[in-house]
Order: sequence, then C-alpha cells, then structure tokens
Amino acid sequence: MDFSQQLSQYLLSGLATGAIYALIGLGFAIIYNSTGIINFAQGEFVMLGGMFGVYFYTIHQLPLVAALVLAVLCAAASGVMFERLAIRPLRRATPLGLVIITIGGSILVRGIAMLVWGKDTHALPTFSGDEPIALAGATLLPQHLWIFALTVLLIVVNKLFFQYTITGKALRACAVNQRAAGLVGIDVRRMVMFSFLLASGMGALAGIIVAPLTMTSYDVGIMLGLKGFCAAIIGGMSNGIGTVLGGLLLGVLEALGAGLISSGYKDAVTFVILLLILFLRPQGLFSSGESERV
Amino acid sequence: MRRELIKFALFAAVALAVPATIKGGYLLNVLVFVGINTMLAVALNLLLGFAGQISLGQAAFYGLGAYLSGILTTTYGWNPWTAMAVAAMAVGLLAFVIGFPILKLKGHYLAMATLGFGIIIYIVLNEYVDVTGGPSGFSGVPGLGIGNLHFDSDLKSYYLVWTMALLVMLLAVNLTQSRIGRALRAIHDSEVAARVLGVNARLLKVQVFTCSAVISCLAGSLYAHTVTFISPSTFGFHFSVELLTMVIIGGLGSIYGSCLGAALLTLLPEFLRTFQDYDIVVYGLLLIVMTMFLPGGLVQGFEMLWAGIRRLWPGRAGQDA
Repeated sequence: MDFSQQLSQYLLSGLATGAIYALIGLGFAIIYNSTGIINFAQGEFVMLGGMFGVYFYTIHQLPLVAALVLAVLCAAASGVMFERLAIRPLRRATPLGLVIITIGGSILVRGIAMLVWGKDTHALPTFSGDEPIALAGATLLPQHLWIFALTVLLIVVNKLFFQYTITGKALRACAVNQRAAGLVGIDVRRMVMFSFLLASGMGALAGIIVAPLTMTSYDVGIMLGLKGFCAAIIGGMSNGIGTVLGGLLLGVLEALGAGLISSGYKDAVTFVILLLILFLRPQGLFSSGESERV
Repeated sequence: MRRELIKFALFAAVALAVPATIKGGYLLNVLVFVGINTMLAVALNLLLGFAGQISLGQAAFYGLGAYLSGILTTTYGWNPWTAMAVAAMAVGLLAFVIGFPILKLKGHYLAMATLGFGIIIYIVLNEYVDVTGGPSGFSGVPGLGIGNLHFDSDLKSYYLVWTMALLVMLLAVNLTQSRIGRALRAIHDSEVAARVLGVNARLLKVQVFTCSAVISCLAGSLYAHTVTFISPSTFGFHFSVELLTMVIIGGLGSIYGSCLGAALLTLLPEFLRTFQDYDIVVYGLLLIVMTMFLPGGLVQGFEMLWAGIRRLWPGRAGQDA
C-alpha cells in the first residue's frame, strides 16, 4: 500500500469517526444554546444508545430497526429524566454547581449501566454486511456508508427543524435570550427539557451507529463525550455547520495522528487540540466575532 | 486567628494520638491513605472552595509526583528527599506555566480544560512505556528514611504522612485567615469586584493553582514511597472525581471538612466490601444530592444540626443571647 493510498484510508476512516463526533457535538451545542449548560453527561447518552441497542437486539432478539428505534427512544427518555431530576430542581444554579451536578449525573448513569449490563464489551452487528468496498485506493465498510448517510440525514433534519418549525424557532429564541423568549409566551422550561431530549436522542443514535465498528461497553461514554465536546468547541458551540466541520476535522486529525505518529497517543491528539482551542480561540475556529464564551 | 490555632492544635493532638488507640495494623495502613487523601482534598479545596475555580485534573499532579519520585529514585538512584523536592519544583513550574492560560477560562470551560490536561498526563503515563512501565506499572520504589530511621512500618508511615498532612492543613488554615484568603474569597464571590478593589485576581488564581498542584505532587511522592508500586490507573479521571466528591461531601471551603470527606471515602470502601462494585453509583448520587440539598457539605450539616439542638433548650439559648 503506497503512501497516498494510506492517506486516503486515514482520511475516509477519519471522516467516519468525525461524523460521530459531530453528532455528539451537536448535542452539546443544542443544550448549551438553550440553557448555557455544558452537559458533562452527554457522552453517557451516547453510551446508553449503544447499550440499549445491544440490549434490545441481542438479548430481546428484536429486529434491528425496531431495536434501534427503541434504543434511541429509551436514551432520549433517560435524557429527559436526567433534566427533570437533576437539572430542573436546582434553583439558583451556579456554573460550579451545574458542573458538579452533571459530572455526578454522568458517573451515576455510567455506574447504573455497569450494574445492569456488567463490565463486558458488546458488539452490535453491522447494519448490512461486512463486505468491504474499495474507494479511491482505500477500503470502506458498508457501516461507514451508513454512518455518513445517517449523519447527513440527521444534520439536514436538524437544520430544517431549527429553521422552519415553531418548536425549533422557539428553541432558537431561548438561545438568544431566555427571558425575552418567556415574555413572548415561549414555555422556556419545556424548551430546556426538549433540548435535552434532542441532544440525548442524537447522541444515542451516534452511539448506535458506531457500535458495530468500535464495540460498546459501560465506560465508552466519557471519551466519546469529550471528543464531541471538542468538536463543538472547534465549531464555536454553534448548532450548525461549525460543529459538523469541527467534528470532521477532529476525526481526520485523530486518524492521521494514529496512523502517522502512534496509535497509543491517538486520544492525546484530541486533548491537545482541545486545550489549544480553549487557550487560543475559545470562540471557535470559524467564528470571527468576539463572543463571551470564557 | 487564635481560636483557629487552638482548634487546629486540638485536631492535631487527636490525629497524632490515634495510633495509640488502634491495635490492628490494617486499620493503621488505611489511615495512612486517609492522610494522603486529606492532603489532596485540602489542596483541591483551596482552589475550589476558596478561589471558586474547579479542577478536574488534580489526579494528574498527584500522578506526576508519584512517577517523578519513583523514576528519579529507582531508575536514576537519587536520594528520595531530593527527588521529592525536585518533583515538587518541576510540577510547581508546570502548574504555574499552564495556570495562566487555563485559569483565564471559567466554569464549564475551566472544568473541561483541566479534565483534558488530566487525560493527557494519564495517556502519557500509560504510553511512555520505556520510562513509566506503561499500564502494568512501576515497582521497586524505595521507602523513605532519615538517617537510621526508616519509615518501613505502618506506624512510622502514619506519623510521616500525618505530619505532612497536618502541615498542609496548618498552611491552609493560616492562608484562609490571611489577607490572601480574604482576597481569594472575594474572587470566589465576584472576580470583577475583587479586581476593582485592587486584588490581582489573575496572578492570585495561578498562585493558588500552583500551590494546590505542589501539595498534590507531594502527596504523590509520599504515595509512591509508602506503597512502593505505582500504576497509571490510580491517577485517572476517576480519582479526580473521587477527590471532588471528598471536597463536596466535607464542605466547600472547610479544611476540616476535606479531612472528613477524605476519611469517609477512604474508610467506607474498606469496611463495605460490596461498596467496591457500587462506588461510582454512590459517588454520582452523593455529588448530585449534596450539591442540591447541602451545598455546604457535612460540616454545614453538623452546624445546622447543632443550632437545631441548641434551640431545643431555650434556657441555654437565652444565656448565649
């Protein structure tokens, strides 16, 4: 395999993982924009998606599509429950209190998952076979195509939802100014709950479509969550194309780092990028405006 | 201040008298770890409880201390005390340098940045196999000693660790009663207001961060020399969260609270064997419940309880008034 072939292989697999990060990152951005909270538990809903998928498919032997839909619904319901039980009761919430609560929630969810499903690593079957496809000198799995297709679909739906539906517009209004949104009759608390629903549902879907490639277990949430956060931060916490580009960029850099430097330091690449972005451009790579993010 | 010193002297006397009341060597061994965790919890509390700056990377400084001490003494044959001092200085310098960009961030972003830093160090400890021994750990770290005195029994280790822990607590008590302590609390309440009143908030935050890192590093060195075997899994994100739980349980901004939190979270798993399987569930619940219902921690809870009991005796309460 010559170098250009290797490079296109890294690029393609990087884009696929990047798409997953983008979906998780969008979840971070949706919650951040409607509440100002960075939800440290976001990664756990990604894990829940994968684990519920395994639970319904492998243990209850449901057909794949039904298992996937149920898994996303269950994870989204957990997200809503988390908001109701841990976030909403917190009156006079300080940022510090919210950080601690969401961290607490995150390890609580992880712990419960460990107790219920054990510490084993599980795999979901690929959605349509394992026959590799050759493309531009690189090989792809059908699952990669599923990831691309579902990510694009989700991003388009997301965009349309925020642009054209009344709920989407209400969520955007909350992002601009919660009080003003309340004054024009938007039920802000419901919107907050809704943003948790959306974010955990999207995260769960990401967790399901990546599970056939990377396996899943109770503790995959933290890494996936942090990488999604990194994607969102590169994109300047926008719930649009910025975060998607951030995720893809991160995925590609990580694949290149793993391939060309060392696979052991693959994860370190993400965190070095995260620190650099936070230090140098906390407003994100793509936005020029000086916004109060720090 | 005088009252605080008396309180501290009483506490120190109790802490140093404890081994006399214990026969079992095992409990003493656990208490050594309570001492080490007390140092770590007080270090985090200085940053979190007083200056109001969160750090999820404390385990990294702890790990750096342990590994620097271990590597310098075992691989390079240094004197343990020199190694400890050099490690503390190196980690202090590192914390000071990264402190400026990191502490410019606030709240969620600060938490994420310190978390990222912690994970980078964790990955390096795991992957730099030639030097650190990788995931399987690093063994054969020599014990500490002064002249002919070797800290090789649990009792001796207890006194060594608790002397250090008490010194750290004294430093913290002293710090909080000083001008710097008041300045830190001012930053906690409102950084802008503190700045307006002439507090150099940026420098002060970095200094506290550095101080906290150096204390954690010293605790790491002590850990390495006491246990003589270190592996990266001790110094991961999970431990940073455990430290956070200790501080929150004990009470933000309470030095004795941190000691209480460290004692509870270190002793509990030892006496409830089944606890090991449930530990992260319990930590998660504790973090949520405490933040929601008792943000001042157990220490505040005791104070409220005490006030409630006093109210039951109107005569005494009248005397006080």
